[in-house]
Amino acid sequence: MTGEYLERYKWRKFDSTLLFIVLLLSAIGVIAIYSSNLQSDSMFMKSLYLRQIYWISLSLVAMGVVMFIDYHTIERMAYPLYTVGIISLILVDITGHTGGGSQRWLAMGGFNFQPSEIMKITLIILIARIVDDMEKDEEMGVLDLLKPAFFAAVPFLMVARQPDLGTALIFIILFASIVLFAGIRKRIIVKTAALMAILAPLFWLFLKPYQKKRILTLLDPESDPMGQGYQIIQSKIAIGSGGLWGKGLFEGTQSKLNFLPAKHTDFIFSVVAEEVGFVGSIILIALFFFFIMRVMETAIHSRDKFGALITVGVGSMITFNLLYNIGMTLGLLPIVGLTAPFISYGGSSLLTNFIGIGLVLNVSYRRFASE
Amino acid sequence: MFKQRSGSGVFLGKIRRRVFIFSILLIGCLMLISMRLWHLQVLQHEILAGKSENNRIRQLRTDGLRGRILDRNGIPLVDSRPSFQLSLIPEDVEDMEWTLDFLEKEISIDKQAIKEAIKSTRSFNKVTLKRDINREEVAFIEERRIDLPGVFLEVKAARNYENGDMAAHILGYLGAISQKQYEKSSPEIYSRDDFIGQYGVEKVFEKTLRGGKGFKRIEVDAAGRELRNLATKHPESGTDIHLTLDYETQKAAEEAFGDKMGAAIAIDPDTGEVLAFVSKPSFNPNDFAFGIKSDVWKKLLADEFHPLQERPTQGQYPPGSTFKIIMAAAALEEGIITPETKFYCPGHYRLGRRSYRCWKKGGHGYVDVHTALVRSCDVFFYNVGIKLGINKIAEYSRKFGLGVRTGVELANEKPGLTPTKEWKLRAKKEPWIKGETVSCSIGQGFVLATPIQLARMVAMVANGGWLVTPTIIKKDNIKKETGGVKTSLKDETLDIIRLALRGVVAEQHGTAWRLRKGKYTYAGKTGTAQVVKMKQNEKWEHEKMQIKHRDHAWFVSYAPYDNPKIAVAVIAEHAGHGGSMAAPIAQRIMDTYLSKLEKAGLIEAPTKDEGQKTE
Repeated sequence: MTGEYLERYKWRKFDSTLLFIVLLLSAIGVIAIYSSNLQSDSMFMKSLYLRQIYWISLSLVAMGVVMFIDYHTIERMAYPLYTVGIISLILVDITGHTGGGSQRWLAMGGFNFQPSEIMKITLIILIARIVDDMEKDEEMGVLDLLKPAFFAAVPFLMVARQPDLGTALIFIILFASIVLFAGIRKRIIVKTAALMAILAPLFWLFLKPYQKKRILTLLDPESDPMGQGYQIIQSKIAIGSGGLWGKGLFEGTQSKLNFLPAKHTDFIFSVVAEEVGFVGSIILIALFFFFIMRVMETAIHSRDKFGALITVGVGSMITFNLLYNIGMTLGLLPIVGLTAPFISYGGSSLLTNFIGIGLVLNVSYRRFASE
Repeated sequence: MFKQRSGSGVFLGKIRRRVFIFSILLIGCLMLISMRLWHLQVLQHEILAGKSENNRIRQLRTDGLRGRILDRNGIPLVDSRPSFQLSLIPEDVEDMEWTLDFLEKEISIDKQAIKEAIKSTRSFNKVTLKRDINREEVAFIEERRIDLPGVFLEVKAARNYENGDMAAHILGYLGAISQKQYEKSSPEIYSRDDFIGQYGVEKVFEKTLRGGKGFKRIEVDAAGRELRNLATKHPESGTDIHLTLDYETQKAAEEAFGDKMGAAIAIDPDTGEVLAFVSKPSFNPNDFAFGIKSDVWKKLLADEFHPLQERPTQGQYPPGSTFKIIMAAAALEEGIITPETKFYCPGHYRLGRRSYRCWKKGGHGYVDVHTALVRSCDVFFYNVGIKLGINKIAEYSRKFGLGVRTGVELANEKPGLTPTKEWKLRAKKEPWIKGETVSCSIGQGFVLATPIQLARMVAMVANGGWLVTPTIIKKDNIKKETGGVKTSLKDETLDIIRLALRGVVAEQHGTAWRLRKGKYTYAGKTGTAQVVKMKQNEKWEHEKMQIKHRDHAWFVSYAPYDNPKIAVAVIAEHAGHGGSMAAPIAQRIMDTYLSKLEKAGLIEAPTKDEGQKTE
C-alpha cells in the first residue's frame, strides 16, 4: 500500500498544468496552420496541419523519453550530447541542402531536420553543467565565463555561417541568460553593456548586405515595398486588419490569399492576430506569459542548481523566440528565421521545444526525489 | 511548502530574486507588444483593413463599345473593330532578356520602352508590348506560345476610320486622356489609360459616343489569380452619331480636290445640313487609333500647310469677289442704286491721289449691277462701297452671316471679320481711311470670312433670305423656317442677285462660264483672295509666283437654279483664279449630290435647253 501511495504522490508532482498549456498552444498552432492553407491549391499545403499533428505526437514521445531519464544522467552526458550536436552541424555544412538562401537543413528519414535547433538543447545542458561544476556560491568572474563562452561561440559561429543569424543569436542568448541566472559580478554586466554600446557600430560592418538591408527596411518598409519591406507591410496589414475582434476564425484573407509570406512558419502570429483580433492576441500572449512563468517557477522550486539552470535555459530560449518572433511580425524587429514556440509550423522547432519542456518537467517531477 | 535539501541552497535563494527581475523584464516586453498590437489593431485598424481589402479585391474596368459615326444614309464612316494587343506579365516570364530579344526581332517591339514599363509596373500587372498587331503576327505568336510563357494576346476595340483621311477633320480622332481632362472627370467615367475624343465629332460628341463603363470586382490572391467574381456591372455601349454628311458627295469632293489645298463645304440651303466638308491637306485619323507616334505628330504640327487646321470653320480668308453679293444687296436695299444704275469702269478707280485697279485692265465700260456681278467688275463696287460707307457694308455683311460664328457643332470655329470704323479704332488705334472701304468693297483688305460662312451666305441667296444654322448632326424635320432666321432683304433684291449669279455661269462673259455646259443649272460667284498685297502697277504674273504667295480661288454656288438643293463654297488655296480652279470642284460636288437626288426622284431631271441658256 505504501509503494502504491508513493507512486500516486509522485504522479501528483507531475506538472500537468504545464503540459496542458503546451498542448493548448500546440492546438492553437494546428488550427492557425490549417486556416492559413485552407484555400491552397496544393494538397501538400492543405495537409500541413496534419504533418504538424504528426510532429507534435513525435515530439510528445521525445518529451516523455527526456522526462523519464533522470536529469542527473543527462548532466553526465552533457559533453557527448554537445559533441553529437556539433557533428550534425558539420554534416549540414557538408551535405545539408539549402532552403531560403541558407544551408540549415539535414535530410533525415524523409524529413528535413534542422540540427541548429536541437543544438540549443545540448548547449543549455552543457553550459548548465559547466556552471554547476564550478560549485561556486558567489558570483562568477570573467575567467569563470571563458569556458562556457567558448562552447557557446562554436555553434554560434557555425550557424552564423549558414547563414542563420536568428538561431545563432539564440546561442548567445542561452549563454547569457544561464550565466546571468547563475550569477555574475555586477562589474561584468556594466562593462559588457558599455562594450556592446561601443562595438555595435563595428558589428554593423560585419553584417552581410542582405542583413543590413533587413534592418534598414525595418525602419522604412515602404522604401522597398516589393522586396524586403513586403513581408513587414503585409504582416502589419494582416494584424491591423484583424481589428479588435478579428476577421473571424478561418476568415483571414491576408494569409489565405497568400499575401502574407511564410505565413505558417515565421508569420503564424500574424495569421492568428488577423483572425482573432486584438482580444484574441492578448489572450494568446497572456497564455504564453502564464506558461513562461510556470517554467520559471519550476526553476525556483528545483532541487538543485543544475536543474534550475537547465530550466531557466529552456525558459529563456522559449521567451526569446517568442518575443523576437512577435516583435518581428509587428514590424518592430528585423526579419530573421525565428519561429513562434509551439504554434509555428516546423518539426525541428517543435521537437526542440518539447524536449526542452521534457527537461523542465523532469526537473519539476524530481524536486522531491530524495524524499 | 518544501525545503531545499541540496548543497546549493545559497544559489537557490538567489534565483528567486533573479526570476523576479526576469519576470519584470518579460512583463515590460509584453506590454510593449500589447501597445503595438493596440496601435495596429485598434488605432490603425481602418487604414490597414482598407489595405487588406485593396490587396484582396481588384476592380477591373470594362469599356462600353464606342458609338459609330454614320453618314446621313447610315453608311458607317467610323466604327470599332477588334484588334489584338500583345502583353506580358513579367512575373510569369522565364527568361525576360531572351523573350524581349526574340519579340524585338520577330515583331519589332520597342524593347527599351518595355523594359522601362516593366520597372514601373506593379507586380503581377500586365505590360503592353505592342498594340494592334497584324494577323501574321497573331498567328506567329499563337504558334510560338509554348516558348513564350507570360506572353499573351488580348482583344481590344480599336477605332476604325473606314475611309482613311476622308472627312478626317469633321470625324476627328481619339487621343490618350490628358492629365487635365482626367482630373476634371470622375473615375467612374474615365480611367487613366483611356482614349478620349480629342478632335472633331469624336471630341464634340464624346459624351454621346462614349459608352458607360462597367466593372468586374474580383477576389484575387497574391499571385493575381482570379478566385471568384464578387460583382459585375456590364458596360453600356455608346450611341451612334448620324451625321448630315453624304458619303458619295463627300467622296466626290475629296477626289475633286486631289492634291490641291483648300476647303470645300456643301450645305443644304433649306436646312443648313452639311453635306460635304473637306479640308486639305488632311491627316489619317487611323494614325491616332492607339496614340499617335511622336514623329508623325511632330510632322503634322510642323507642316507649313497646317493639315490639322479645320479650314471650313477655322480658315479665315478674304472673301474676294464673292463679297460682291453682299455689296450688291446692300446697295439695292439702301437705295444707292437701282437695277438700272450704271457706273463707268475705265479699268481703274481714283480716290484722292490713289488709283484702284479693276481686275480687267481695259475696263468694263458702263455696267449695271447685273453685269457687274456677272463679270465681277471691281470699279462698280468701288463706287458702291464709297457711297455705302464701311459701317453699312459691315451691317449687311452681318445680315449674311459674316463676322459671327455660324454655330455649327464643331469646336473652335472662327468668326471671321467684318471691319467697322469703331473696330479699327479699337483694334488698330487708328482712324478708318476711305481707301480701306474701297479694298473692302471687293472683299479684300480687312474683311475675312470662313468657307462655312460663305456657304451659308450663298445658301441665303438660294433659299430666299433665310440665314440657316449649319449643322452636322442629322435631325428630323428641320426646315429653314424652323432652323433659320429670315432677314429683312426684299425679294426683289434677292431676285436680282440670283439672276446675276445665274449669269455668272450662263452668260458669255460670266466668270464661271465654263460651267454652262454642266448637267444642272448652277448659279454662283467666283472670287480671288489675295495672299500678298500687290503694288499698284505690278503685273499679275501668276505662274512666276511662289506657290505660297499665289492667290486663293473662291467659288460659291448653288444648284439647281430654280429649286436649290445644295449650296457650296470652295476655296482652292494658291490656285489663282476662282472660275478656273474652284468652280470645277464645286460643280463635281453639286453634280454628285444632285444626281443622287435625281435617282431618288427628289428632283426632276434638268431639261437640256436650260443648260444652254445664254445672255
